[in-house]
This record gives sequence, structure tokens and C-alpha cells, in this order.
Amino acid sequence: MTTVLRPETPAQVAEAVAWAAADEAPLELVGAATKRGLGRPVQAGHTLDLSALYGITLYEPEELVLSAGAGTPLAEIETALAGKQQQLAFEPPDLGPLFGAPAGKGTIGGALACNLSGPRRIKAGGARDHFLGFKAVSGRGEAFKAGSRVVKNVTGYDLCKLLAGSYGTLVALTDVTIKVLPAPEKTRTLLLVGLADAVAVRAMSRALQSSHEVSGAAHLPAALAAALPVELVARAGDAVTAIRVEGPGPSVEFRCAALRRELADLGAATEELHSHNSALFWRGLRDVAPFVADRQTAVWRLSVPPMAGAQVVTTLVAALDVLGKSQYFYDWGGGLIWFALPATADAAAETVRGAIAACGGHATLVRAPDETRVAVPVFQPQPEPLALLSRRVKESFDPRRILNPGRLSAAI
Amino acid sequence: MRMPEPDRDVLARRAQIAEDLRRIVPGEGVIVDADERRPYESDGLTAYRQSPLVVVLPSTTEQVSQVLRYCHENGVKVVPRGSGTSLSGGALPLADGVLLGLGKFNRILEIDFENRCVVAQPGVTNLGITNAVQHEGFYYAPDPSSQIACSIGGNVAENSGGVHCLKYGLTTNNLLGLEMVLVTGEVIRLGGKHLDAEGYDLLGLMTGSEGLLGVVTEVTVRILKKPETARALLLGFPTNESAGDCVAAIIAAGIIPGGMEMMDRPAIHAAEAFVHAGYPLDVEGLLIVELDGPQVEVDHLIERVEAIADAHGAVAKQVSQSEEERQKFWAGRKAAFPAVGRISPDYYCMDGTIPRSQLPLVLKRMGEMSAHYGLGVANVFHAGDGNLHPLILYDANKPDELEKAEAFGADILKLCVAVGGVLTGEHGVGVEKRDLMHEMFDEIDLKQQQRIKCAFDAGGLLNPGKMFPQLHRCAELGRLHVHHGQLPFPDLPRF
Ligand SMILES: Cc1cc2nc3c(=O)[nH]c(=O)nc-3n(C[C@H](O)[C@H](O)[C@H](O)COP(=O)(O)OP(=O)(O)OC[C@H]3O[C@@H](n4cnc5c(N)ncnc54)[C@H](O)[C@@H]3O)c2cc1C
Repeated sequence: MTTVLRPETPAQVAEAVAWAAADEAPLELVGAATKRGLGRPVQAGHTLDLSALYGITLYEPEELVLSAGAGTPLAEIETALAGKQQQLAFEPPDLGPLFGAPAGKGTIGGALACNLSGPRRIKAGGARDHFLGFKAVSGRGEAFKAGSRVVKNVTGYDLCKLLAGSYGTLVALTDVTIKVLPAPEKTRTLLLVGLADAVAVRAMSRALQSSHEVSGAAHLPAALAAALPVELVARAGDAVTAIRVEGPGPSVEFRCAALRRELADLGAATEELHSHNSALFWRGLRDVAPFVADRQTAVWRLSVPPMAGAQVVTTLVAALDVLGKSQYFYDWGGGLIWFALPATADAAAETVRGAIAACGGHATLVRAPDETRVAVPVFQPQPEPLALLSRRVKESFDPRRILNPGRLSAAI
Repeated sequence: MRMPEPDRDVLARRAQIAEDLRRIVPGEGVIVDADERRPYESDGLTAYRQSPLVVVLPSTTEQVSQVLRYCHENGVKVVPRGSGTSLSGGALPLADGVLLGLGKFNRILEIDFENRCVVAQPGVTNLGITNAVQHEGFYYAPDPSSQIACSIGGNVAENSGGVHCLKYGLTTNNLLGLEMVLVTGEVIRLGGKHLDAEGYDLLGLMTGSEGLLGVVTEVTVRILKKPETARALLLGFPTNESAGDCVAAIIAAGIIPGGMEMMDRPAIHAAEAFVHAGYPLDVEGLLIVELDGPQVEVDHLIERVEAIADAHGAVAKQVSQSEEERQKFWAGRKAAFPAVGRISPDYYCMDGTIPRSQLPLVLKRMGEMSAHYGLGVANVFHAGDGNLHPLILYDANKPDELEKAEAFGADILKLCVAVGGVLTGEHGVGVEKRDLMHEMFDEIDLKQQQRIKCAFDAGGLLNPGKMFPQLHRCAELGRLHVHHGQLPFPDLPRF
């Protein structure tokens, strides 16, 4: 049976980790435990629950900065920001429902530790880019800090970057400081209907190459478009390519019209979503809503050079045809592919990783049964020197491998 | 500034080391002659000088790898160098160290407009990247003032910024991939044309690591389409407080300008005397606010910023009506350093960042310090993100003035930290701020940072003497003292 430790102060976190280090007793770190299914399953006798480290401790809108306990729910932070017309520009997804957990529970510490970013990643950067400073307890049981509360800071190594995406394998975060940004006054989404994948990827590339500051570029094949909770999209009856612009009113209208004009040569029917429907649409994509309902499928997330997106999908669909129907959609202008396939023992890992070998990038097995995520690498395997370096980095924080052992890879 | 004691044994082997390196980098790529080594004696922090053991100028990744492997196997220190414009002494040579210059890595390898990126060798200048893509209307956003000279590899090592970073981010936010060589000679690749690292974000860690973790041999950066238009406002305020308040109000109104720079009275006067940009001279604080984007957006935001400026008591206000006028507004700011150079024999450029609301206090205290040290100070300030560049005026030919300027500078940086800011916003720690690291970090913080260094370079051969005030042996840092005990806080809720 696992024991759950729920420290209420950073000092208690340090105490708990120091004890675990001494006893070489591995800890599973959780915030709200909504993303337990993400990453390689952790074998640990104890759970370190950080959700009691809770609350916004500093929010200065005119300085664009917010600090909070790592266990603070994202929803609470987003509400506070909305009160000042601000937002987390990296659009952290709520992946709870994808793993069968309730929506709206994820914590800021969890979002940063997993470096989760939504559609706006292509313009505003990822979670990593908004992570300014932290206090944490290393696997050595030592409380330490790095970064600061100002945006521009090169004092010492940028450990925020290193922790973003470390999945709790280096430290237990106790306090975090993030950069926040004004929420756009207005949003418009241009929809292009009926484009084939390859054409859509080129269209998105053209939009992203323009000066129109596109903040979202996604493409859904007909079957998935029909399943989205936005009428204009569902009703299209065909594939939908969506291009988002945000900003002051007059600017948004101008840019949306300009994009429509500049992409007119594609001959696609066009529609526009205004602020409210745009929000619904992009939230759906952000949270991978098309793959929430059918929990039986394995879900992959591929990050590739945007222009390679359509080719990767073509290769995959052809190779995986024998397994039954696979489904997919593109975000990040083609550079992010969400791919769902009928569950098998190995989730077709070799085929998926083979498909991106030529163009470069990485593939993460986001959702699959525990057995599968033990059997095949969840995260992209690394070449030898890099894998060894990553292990040395892990050891520098957590020499006894007590923090989320095995979560990133069997060796880490 | 004390550097680690040179290793006599290595010094004695200079000729042998040069000969061995020549086998890796033939011909003129290895420099031993004392006169020819002289140009490499210092970087942009010219107060410090040191001739390196030898200079080696490789031109391929394979050569870099072999040079590093050789130095690693023979216990020889290595200092990487790009263009040598660092203002913190990051590229300051070591008497017993090989200076590894990357100037020959000067080619753009690939321009990929469709994926919006450029792959370049590290010695390409920052501006060289923009120059390579501007025929299609693209540019590379981070724009340090040194952009005609500084190398993209140096930008990565320092995580350099520029006036447009408020809206478009620093180097780290615009970097997609790297090829780098570890001190052992192993070559690794991080990222590429796709987004986000797989596994630990070593790409992010490398950015700003000041040449202590590896040698960058290839860089992939994101490029952007130039905004359709840009216009600037020139705003003068009777006090620094009102200028600072105006900056806060612009941001609180949800406007993130392309650039937002502030100058204080001495900087305004020096710049105006030098370039005649038309700056008002009877104000205490001058703001340049630049809005970029489509014409409709820019015109709309200009109006809003004007209204905010009026509400905050701007006493001088000009809005650029042409590209020429916009450039003129910037001319003074861009020439601020040389302008200050004209009014003082020497100046020392500082680089702290503060929470913006602390600006009036910090400027007031800086004025008091200026009186205390008897040295003038002029301030230019990346107002949007709180990054201060106080320029301390001194005369190196007068006895003690350099020491006084350094003490003044250290006091300013301590003040920045005390008000919630940091020692350096974009110039790096290097040797310059090394001994101030304790102002910001305690021993545990610094030891954790050094453990990371150990993961990359256990022998401490890459750029030692920079960034960390004290060098610890990796074995000592790795030791873990454990105290066995009971499961903690038994009275806490468990489930
Ligand atoms: C007039 C002037 C204005 C400046 N303005 C700005 C500004 O606006 N913003 C700003 O951020 N900075 C500014 N700087 C500082 C400086 O230009 C930057 O830090 C720049 O990035 C340094 O680049 P470099 O190629 O000259 O690097 P160098 O000075 O050669 O080296 C800097 C550091 O990087 C390391 N390094 C260099 N190349 C590599 C490599 N390939 N691999 C690993 N490590 C490497 C070196 O070891 C050293 O630690 C300015 C400097 C001057 C002189």
C-alpha cells in the first residue's frame, strides 16, 4: 500500500524528501494527480502530494508577474488573471479529461513540470518561456531557488527551462513565478473548408509566414471537425483549416480580412469564428477534445518540422491501416500532430518513431495502458551521449533516484 | 578580480600543446606568437586583459571535437569565444587555457522560409541572419545593440536581448535547435526545426550558460516576417516617477509595445549633443514607445498611448510621421553609449534588472551613490522589462577611478537585488559579477548550479573562473549527507 504524504509547507516538503533520500524510498510526485497517466508509470511506495502548497502569493498585473504555490489550481490562476484582462499566454491545456480525470483540476506546478502548451505556442512560446523563477526541493532534500520575478534575467543557469518538462524527476516544486500577459481584446478565426492535408499545411505555412501575427493554425480532417462543439465547424461537413488572429479590434478585423484575401487562390469556402466561438474551438483543440470520448485508443503527440506534418501523417496512416481506423489532427501549423490509433500492446511505437526519423522531431505516447507505457518508451529515445548526459543531469539533482523514478525513461 | 592560479605544468607545455593542436587544425588555425595572440586578450569588458596560452581557430565541428577531446585528455582549460563583445568578461582568456575562437564558423547553412527558420554556424553575426533573409521581408527578432559584431553562438551563450525583446522575446525564446560539442569531444544535437525539446530541455539550459557547458557549433533560429509598419512616440516627463508610471499604465492597459525605452536627464543630454535627434532637454525622463504591426493597429495604439501619456503628465510629445522620423527618435537612444563616451574618458556599463515599480527609488539611490563616489552616471533603461543600463562615468587615467567605478557598479547591482531584481538582465555574470552571486543566491542554490556544471564538465575545464565565485570539486559537490529517521510529520494528513 502506498502512503500519501501531504506536506503543507515548503519546509515539510524538504523534510519529506530528505527522509525519502535517506531511506532510498521513491516518491511519486503529484499536484492534483490529473496527469498520472502521462509519462512512464512510476513505481513508488509513497506519494508526495503537493496540492496543499496552495495559493497566489503575488500578482502585479502592471509588472506582468504572478507567483503561487506549486499546487495552486490553474483554474484559480486563470480566474485571477481574467479579472485584470490578462492570461497565461502559453494556453496550458487541461488534459484531465483525456485521462478520465475531471476537468479544471490541474495545478500550475503540474503544467510547468510537464511543459504543457496549447495552440498559441507558435506565437507566444511554451510553458518554458513563461517560467521565470521557482523554489523547490531537490532529490537531495535541499530547498533551493533559481530565477527571479523579472522577465529579463541571465544570472546563473536558466534552471526554469530545465525543470519545464522534467516531469517531477529533478525536484519537487514548491513555489513558482510566471510571466503573464494581457488577454487579447478580440479574436477571429478564419476557417478554410475542404482542404486536403498537404494543401492545408502549405496554407498554414503561408499564413504563418505573413506579418499577420497568427496565433493559432490547425487542421482537422472531416470526421474530427464534425465532432467539435462549434456549429460552424461541425456543420462544414468537410475538413476544416483554422487560422486565428488576436489583438485590438480594428487590427483583428483587418488581419482576418487580409488572410482571407491572401489565401483566396486556394478556392476554399471560408467562414469566420468570432471571439466566443473561437474560444470554444481552440479550447477543444488545446484539450485534445476529439480524443477524449474513446478511451480505448492510444494517443500519440508528435512534434515535427511544420512542413513535414502531412507527409508524416500519410506515412503513418498507410502503415497503420491494418490496425483499423486511425484519427489525427494538426496544430502548430502542421508541426504538432495528435494521432489516435486502436490500442495494441506496443501502440505501434516503432512505426510512429520510424515515420519521423527522416524529418526529425519527437513522438510522445501520451495515452496508453500502463503495460504499454512500461513496454515501450513513452518519450523519444535519445542517442547515447545525450541519454548519458541526461542521466548525469538527473543525478546532479536526485542522486538516489527517489523523485518520480522511471517517469521519463527506465533509466531516469 | 582573481582568476584561478595558472597551472605551471600546462604553461610549460605551451609549445607541445600548440604542436599537437596543429595536427588537428593545420596551418594558421593555431596562434602561438605573443603579438598575434594580443587581439584576443580581452572582450568587451576591456578593463580585464589576459593573453591566452594559445589561440585555436577551427573551422569544422570535427576539429572542435578533436580539440576538446585533446584538451580533456591533457587537462588543458578551454575558453570559447565568438566575436569577443561580451560585456561581462565571459570570453576573457586564461593564461593556461586554449582560446577556442569560432570566427571561422561563419556560414549560413540553410534558409527555410516555409518552416520559418535559419540554420547557421555560430560565428555568423546576429545581423548576418537578418541580412540573409530580409530580401523576403523576414528578420531575426532579438537585436542586441552589438548586432553588427556579436555572433549568434555568443548570443546563445549569453541569452542576449535587445530593444525588441519585450514583445518578441530573448535569444532563448527564438532558438529552435543546436549542435554542440561536450568537453569530452562528443557531439550532440538538441531540438531542430520542430518545437520543444524531448527529454530535459538542455537547449534552454545551454542558452545563457556562458560557455561553461559546451561549445555550440550550429544554431537553428526562428525568423519572423517584418511587421507591416512601425511608428514611435517620443514622450518627455518632468519626473522619472511620472515616466515610470506611464510605462506601467501602458502595460496595464494591455499594450505590449514593440519597444519601450527610457533615458534619464544625463543620457538625454549626452545623446542630444551627439546626434541631434530633437530630444527635449528640459525633462527628467524620456520615453521612446514603438508600436508595430498593421497600420490600423499601430494608428489605433498610438492614439491610446498618447492618451495615457497625457494622463500621466507628459510635457513633451512627438509622434513619428515617417519612417525617417522614427529612425531619428531612435538615433539618440542607439547612440547613447558612444554619446556618453564623448562626455567622459571612460564609462562602465551596468546591467541589472528591477521590478519596474522600484525605478524611482533606484534612481534616487543611484543619485546618492553618484554623489558619494564623486562619479557621474547616465541611465538608459529597457523600461518595458525593467532592465537598467546605468553608465558610470570615470577616467581610467586617474588613480583609483576604475576601482571606484567598480565599487559604485557593485552597489547598484546589490540595490537591484535588494529591491527584488537581479544582477544581470542580458550581459551575463562572466568574471564581472561572479563575486556578487552571493547577493542573489545562497550556498545551496549555487552548489546545485555547480552540480549541473559537473554533469557536463566534471573536470571543470570549460571556461573556469567565470560565473561561480567559488570552485568546488565535483566529487565533493556530489556527496550526499543523509540522516536516517522516522517518516516525517506523522501528524499530517495521509490517505
Ligand atoms: C557596444 C555593445 C553593445 C551591446 N549591446 C547588447 C545588447 O543590447 N543586448 C545584449 O544582450 N548584449 C549586448 N552586448 C553584449 C554582447 O554583445 C553579447 O553578450 C553577445 O551575445 C556576445 O556575443 P559574442 O559573439 O561577442 O560573444 P563573446 O564575447 O565572444 O563570448 C561571450 C560568451 O559566450 C561564450 N561563447 C561564445 N561563443 C560560443 C560558442 N560558440 N559556444 C559556446 N560558448 C560560446 C564565451 O565563452 C563567453 O562566455 C553589447 C556589447 C557591446 C560591446
